[in-house]
Amino acid sequence: MGILEVKGVNKRFGGLQALGDVNLSVEENTVHAIIGPNGAGKSTLLNCLVGKLIPDTGSVMFAGQSVLGRKPHEINQMGISRVFQTPEIFADLTVLENVMIPCFAKRDGSFRMHAIESVGSEKEILEMAEQMLADVNMLEKRDMHSGSLSRGDKRRLEMAMCLVQQPRLLLLDEPTAGMARADTNNTIDLLKEINQKRDITMCIIEHDMHVVFSLAQRITVLAQGTPLVEDTPDKIKGHPKVREAYLGEAA
Amino acid sequence: MPGLDRKDTRFFILIVAATLLMPFILQPFPEGSGMAQFNAGYPDLMQRFVIFGIFAMGFNILFGLTGYLSFGHAAFLGVGSYATVWMYKLLGFNVVPGLILAVICSAIFAVVIGYVSLRRSGIYFSILTLAFAEMSYRLAYSVLTPITNGETGLQVYSNDPQVLMGPGSPESTHFFGLEMASSYVMQIGGWAFTFNFGFYFAAAIFIAMFYLTMRIFRSPFGMMLRAVKSNQQRMNYTGLNSRPYTLAAFVISGSYAGLAGGLLAAMDPLAGAERMFWTESGAVVLMTILGGAGTLLGPVLGAGFIKYFENIFSKINDNVLHGWFAWMPDGLEDFMVAIIHPFVGKGWHLTLGLLFMAVVIFLPGGLVEGGQRVARIFRRRDKKAPEGSPEEQAAEQRNPGPAE
Ligand SMILES: Nc1ncnc2c1ncn2[C@@H]1O[C@H](COP(=O)(O)OP(=O)(O)OP(=O)(O)O)[C@@H](O)[C@H]1O
Ligand SMILES: [Mg+2]
Repeated sequence: MGILEVKGVNKRFGGLQALGDVNLSVEENTVHAIIGPNGAGKSTLLNCLVGKLIPDTGSVMFAGQSVLGRKPHEINQMGISRVFQTPEIFADLTVLENVMIPCFAKRDGSFRMHAIESVGSEKEILEMAEQMLADVNMLEKRDMHSGSLSRGDKRRLEMAMCLVQQPRLLLLDEPTAGMARADTNNTIDLLKEINQKRDITMCIIEHDMHVVFSLAQRITVLAQGTPLVEDTPDKIKGHPKVREAYLGEAA
Repeated sequence: MPGLDRKDTRFFILIVAATLLMPFILQPFPEGSGMAQFNAGYPDLMQRFVIFGIFAMGFNILFGLTGYLSFGHAAFLGVGSYATVWMYKLLGFNVVPGLILAVICSAIFAVVIGYVSLRRSGIYFSILTLAFAEMSYRLAYSVLTPITNGETGLQVYSNDPQVLMGPGSPESTHFFGLEMASSYVMQIGGWAFTFNFGFYFAAAIFIAMFYLTMRIFRSPFGMMLRAVKSNQQRMNYTGLNSRPYTLAAFVISGSYAGLAGGLLAAMDPLAGAERMFWTESGAVVLMTILGGAGTLLGPVLGAGFIKYFENIFSKINDNVLHGWFAWMPDGLEDFMVAIIHPFVGKGWHLTLGLLFMAVVIFLPGGLVEGGQRVARIFRRRDKKAPEGSPEEQAAEQRNPGPAE
């Protein structure tokens, strides 16, 4: 049994079958990549995992519990964090505040009214957030307005916001899109280290094959809403069905 | 001050000083001089400055921090006034029970309205709050006449129980015997400065509320409210349910409004349905945006501005204008009066409207942003002079807009 078990998930948008009978099993402490052409339904699948969408049929189990019907914040509290395809950060807040908020969320659960304490007196949270920023090489930008960061930095910030919560499962939707080559390599190193040292399971969507093959232990290829194959990176590389889906070659 | 850093403490001390010295600051022109009508240092108006300052400050906790624009905050103002007057009728003219009940009632009322309205956001939230406030106004005006005394308004009658009234108790609103209406006038040269107990009572509460607001702004809770405004979706996917935060902000801001309503009744023991009318709800939105939404000082400045216009500009009639331009030749005098006439007296709304438009277009951050721009110009000018500590400069760069 994997930590994440997706069984028979279907999702239609009007006449479009965005997901057709998707089965997916992610083993604990592995990096599982989902690849596929544009419009294959990769983001839609993630949306079904975090409570943004509810599948028409099928089941999604995380660590033995169903996530269907739960609110996004409840699913996060079960231990699933997500980095979005277009960065979702608190653009009006500073970089440090962006990272502090998930720390508070982790410590206090969904709601705690701390209206009188000052932010500065929360030493533990501050330390945690600063340590995290140091880990992603963004400490010198801590007081910057996060809305004015570059696209790559926004992505790294969002990753820091997810990682600081120490989730059990981290979902990454194209985490290196918009990053320079050097930043992409840093991100690969960071994710590798996190996967090994902190025991975080990862499910990553990526178009950049260099990233996929450096990180993933298993790869699922999705095309037109249906998984074509699931295998190890080596096997996937030469698979005829994959070449067909990606390059449009006649079989 | 506990819970505030150095910069905030300095700012707070400045606010306290400015509030306590208002009878001087607002009375710059000697009695009888041509400019004396621009003086605002009389008790009635100063009370309004601080009371509506509290109202706008509370509104800002909701609108400025979370971005939820309520168009029904006057309902809480009205509830506060009614609650306070009822305490006069039942117990006596001490304002303390009334103010306590005002806060409790408006908070309960805010829980109900907030619980329903916060299920929607954006324009739908605004419409829901507006609908609730209109309903409250209609109810107060007619249906609930036994509680609100309808059109006449709620007031104290000689046959009311007033069980706590002894033979020696004051016959007007008071704080443990100190009457709100009592004033002391100090004559210095041509100037007359009025120190009114009612004003200082309201000012003390204002200062306390300002301190509380500052703590809320600097707290993790305040940070969460700003997160709601910035990106609610991210908040939810971070494991935070935004609803309790917005509801808490709504109830806090409703209680501020209730307290302000209670204070209005503490200065003048009356409560009428018109206090809940939608124009009052609109006014607090204007105050907050005019001064600078999301800043600490902005809403207070905005409240002061609007109350000043309402009371000072509205009193400039044609006679006054003729007085000003009497030195001109007759034709020109009439011409000048005719031009200025629409903008003053009953036309003060026009001036305010133009001012509001100018601020929204040129200073989206409100008067506070205007002040900051001016300060920046001055700072640039004496760049060569030694400046504050490097720490402070860094802090300023960090918070270009929303600090104070
Ligand atoms: N909320 C929605 N309503 C209607 N159609 C949608 C919705 N979300 C996605 N779709 C459609 O479903 C299909 C799958 O979209 P999805 O975003 O999952 O693709 P993807 O694999 O993530 O592609 P990309 O690599 O471009 O991000 C697309 O055709 C898209 O237009
Ligand atoms: Mg996608």
